[in-house]
Amino acid sequence: MLQAVCPTPLIAMIKRSFFKSKYLPYLLIFPQMAVTLTFFYWPAIQGIIQSFLLSDPFGQRSTFVWFYNYIQLFTDPLYLGSIFTTFVFSIAVAAVSISWGLLIAVMANRVLKVKALTRTLLIWPYAVAPAISGIMWLFLLHPSYGIVALGIKRWLGVDWNPVLYGHDAMAMIVVASAWKQISYNFVFFMAGMQAIPKSLIEAAAIDGAGPFKRFWFISFPLLSPTFFFLTVMNIIYSFFETFGIIHTVTQGGPGGSTNILVYKVYQDGFVGLNLGSSAAQSVVLMSLIIVITFLQFRFVEKKVQYGG
Amino acid sequence: MKLTKLFGLFIIASCLVLPASVFAEPVTINWWHSMRGPRGDVVEKMIGDFNASQSEYKVVGTNKGDYDETMNAGVAAFRAKKQPHLLQVFEVGTQTMMLSGAIYPVFELMKDAGIQVDWSRYLQAVLAYYMNADGNLVSMPFNSSTPVMYYNVDMFKKAGIAPLSKTQPITWDELGEITKKIVDAKIAPAGMVTAWQSWIQVENYSAIQNLAFASKANGYEGLDCKLEINNPQVVKHITRLKSWADDNRFMYGGQKYQGPSAEFVAQNAAIYMDSISAIAKLIKTAKDFKWDVALLPVEADNLKPQNSIIGGASLWALNGHSKKEYKGVAAFLKFLASNDMQEYWHRQTGYFPITIDAYEALKSKGYYEENPFQEVGINQLNRAIPSKISRGLRLGYFVQIRNIINEELEQVWNGKKSPQEAMDTAVSRSNDQLRTFEKTYK
Repeated sequence: MLQAVCPTPLIAMIKRSFFKSKYLPYLLIFPQMAVTLTFFYWPAIQGIIQSFLLSDPFGQRSTFVWFYNYIQLFTDPLYLGSIFTTFVFSIAVAAVSISWGLLIAVMANRVLKVKALTRTLLIWPYAVAPAISGIMWLFLLHPSYGIVALGIKRWLGVDWNPVLYGHDAMAMIVVASAWKQISYNFVFFMAGMQAIPKSLIEAAAIDGAGPFKRFWFISFPLLSPTFFFLTVMNIIYSFFETFGIIHTVTQGGPGGSTNILVYKVYQDGFVGLNLGSSAAQSVVLMSLIIVITFLQFRFVEKKVQYGG
Repeated sequence: MKLTKLFGLFIIASCLVLPASVFAEPVTINWWHSMRGPRGDVVEKMIGDFNASQSEYKVVGTNKGDYDETMNAGVAAFRAKKQPHLLQVFEVGTQTMMLSGAIYPVFELMKDAGIQVDWSRYLQAVLAYYMNADGNLVSMPFNSSTPVMYYNVDMFKKAGIAPLSKTQPITWDELGEITKKIVDAKIAPAGMVTAWQSWIQVENYSAIQNLAFASKANGYEGLDCKLEINNPQVVKHITRLKSWADDNRFMYGGQKYQGPSAEFVAQNAAIYMDSISAIAKLIKTAKDFKWDVALLPVEADNLKPQNSIIGGASLWALNGHSKKEYKGVAAFLKFLASNDMQEYWHRQTGYFPITIDAYEALKSKGYYEENPFQEVGINQLNRAIPSKISRGLRLGYFVQIRNIINEELEQVWNGKKSPQEAMDTAVSRSNDQLRTFEKTYK
C-alpha cells in the first residue's frame, strides 16, 4: 500500500511520499480512538447521565431528577467551601513546588562537581507514590509521634496540631503534595535552562550583569514556556493526583478543612454509595478543570515567549 | 518423542482426575469478605474446617479489601450478575443492603433450607442490629464488637485511684474527677482520649442513655426519620467534653483509632475509649505499663443503663443463585454459628461469640478468668434487654452522616462552633442526606 510517488531517491528525501489509500489513516488511528472512546468518553458520558439520576447502588431503582443533585450541591455551603479549599490548596501547591523547583534548578545548574549525581538525587522524590509521600510526612508532622512536629512544638513554641486545626492540616498536605512535585518541576526547569544559549548569558556577563540579573532578565523570560506548562500540570496534579496524600494524611479533616473536590467525590461515591451526587460532583470537577485550562491558554499563554 | 510422552501423561492424568469429579462435584459457595492479616488466617481456617467436615459444598473465601471496597465489589458484581453467595458488609451499610432488593434475608434462607435456629440463644444486642422492623434477622452477624474504656493501671495507682469495676460502670462525673486528679498531679499530659468519636461519644452514648439518635425508632420504622442528636443531653455531653478539652482532661486524637491509640500507648493519656477489638492490639503494643478494661461511663442519674451498641460487619446472602447453593450457604452459616467455631473466632480475634451457648461454654472452661478483659464488652452488651433505641441504628447514607458528625465535632474541639451550633448543623446536614436517600428509595 505504501507507494513512494517520486521514483528518484533525491526527491524522496524531501519526504514527498504519502499513502494513497483513503481508509488507511482511519484504520491507523482506530486503536487510539477506540481506547479513548471506551475509557474516557464512555465513562464521562455515563457520569453525566448518572448525575441526573437518583439510583441505588445495586441498580434496581433509578429516578430521573433533573438538576436535583446539582441543586443539592450548590445549596450546600460545605460544597462551596470544598471548591474554595481546592483552589487554595492547588494554588499553594503550584506556587510552592514551582518556586522551589526553579530555585533548586538554578542552584543545581551552578554546581560544578558531581553534577550528574546531584541532579539524579534531586529527581528521586518524584518516584515516590503520593500515598507514600503522605505517610512519610505524616510520620514527620503528626502531633503525637512526628519528630518534626515535636521539634516545632518544643523549640518554636507553636501549638502545632494538624489533627485539630484546619490551617495546620492544610499546611501539612501542601508540603506533602508540593514536595514530590518539586522534583518534577526541577527536571523541566533544568532542561529549560540547558536550552538557553550560553552566548546570551556570556554576553550579559561581559556587559557586567551579575548572576541574579542574568537570571532575572535572561533566563527567567526564556523559561516562560516551561513556566506555563508547569502551571497547567501542577494545577491538574493538585486537583486529582493528590488524592493519595489526602487519603493517607487527613481524610479531608479536621472539620472538612482539607476536603478537596476529588476526595469528596470518592467519599460520597465510593464509600458512601451516593452515586448521583458523586457523579454530579465529577461533572462539576471536570467543568472546572476545562475552564481553568481554557483560561490559562487564553490569557496566560499570550504572555509566553516560545522560540529562542 | 517428547510430545508423545507428554500426551500420554496427560491421558493418564485425565483418567485419574475425571472420574472423581464426575462422581462428587461439590457445589461452590463464594464468600467475599474484608478479613485480612491474622483475621484473614482465622477465616481461612474456619472455611477449611467446613470444607473438610462435608463433601457436598466447597466454600471459597476471597478477600476484597477494606469494608468499603468489599461492598463496592459486591455492588459491581451484582450489576454484572456475577455476585458471590455471601458478602460481608459493615454495619453502616445495613440499610442500603436491606433495601437493595439484592438480598435473600437470612431468616428466610434458613427456613427454606429447613434448618431450625433457636434465635433466642443468640446475643440479643448483636441480633437486634441486623433485624428488620418485624424482628426477623436479615443478615448473619459475623464480627461484632462494642466500645469499652481502657485505663492505665500504673497511672491510677500513682494518683491513688482504685481500679475500676468490670461489671459496674462509673459515672461521667466520676470520670471527670479521675481525669482531673491525673492532670492536676501531672501524671499524664491528658486525661482521656477517644477513638471513633461519632460511634462512641454520640451513637453509643445515646444508646446507653436510651436517647433516640433518630426519630422512627432510630430509623428502623421508616425512611422518613430525622436525626435527633441536638437534644439537650447529647449537647450537654459534648459541652462537657469540650470543657475537658480546655483543661486537658480530654485530648482530641483524630477520627479513627490510630491517633488516640498512639496517645494511650505513649502514656500521654490515662484513659482510652475504643472497641473491644483493641484488646489484641494493646497486648502487642502497650508493654511498658499495666492496663485494664472497664465499662463505658454512664450519667449519674442513669440507674438502669442500656446495652451499648455494636459495630463490625455481618454476612448477607445475595439473590440470584440456585436452591442447592443456598442450602450450602445455610449449612455454612449454621457451621459458623456452632460452638466450636464461635469459640475459636472469639479466642483468636476478640470479636463476640454470637451465641449464648458459645459464651457459656467459654465461661465454663475458665476462659474469662484467664482473659478478664474479654468479658467486659459482653457484660456491657448483655446488661439490659435492647430497647427500640438501644438495639441499633438504621440510617441511609450512614457513612456520610458519620462523616458529618465527625466534621462538626471537630469544629467544636477547635473552637469554631459551640456544641449546640455544631449539633444543630450536624442534624440539618444529615437530614438532607436522609431526604436524598428517601427520595432514591421511594
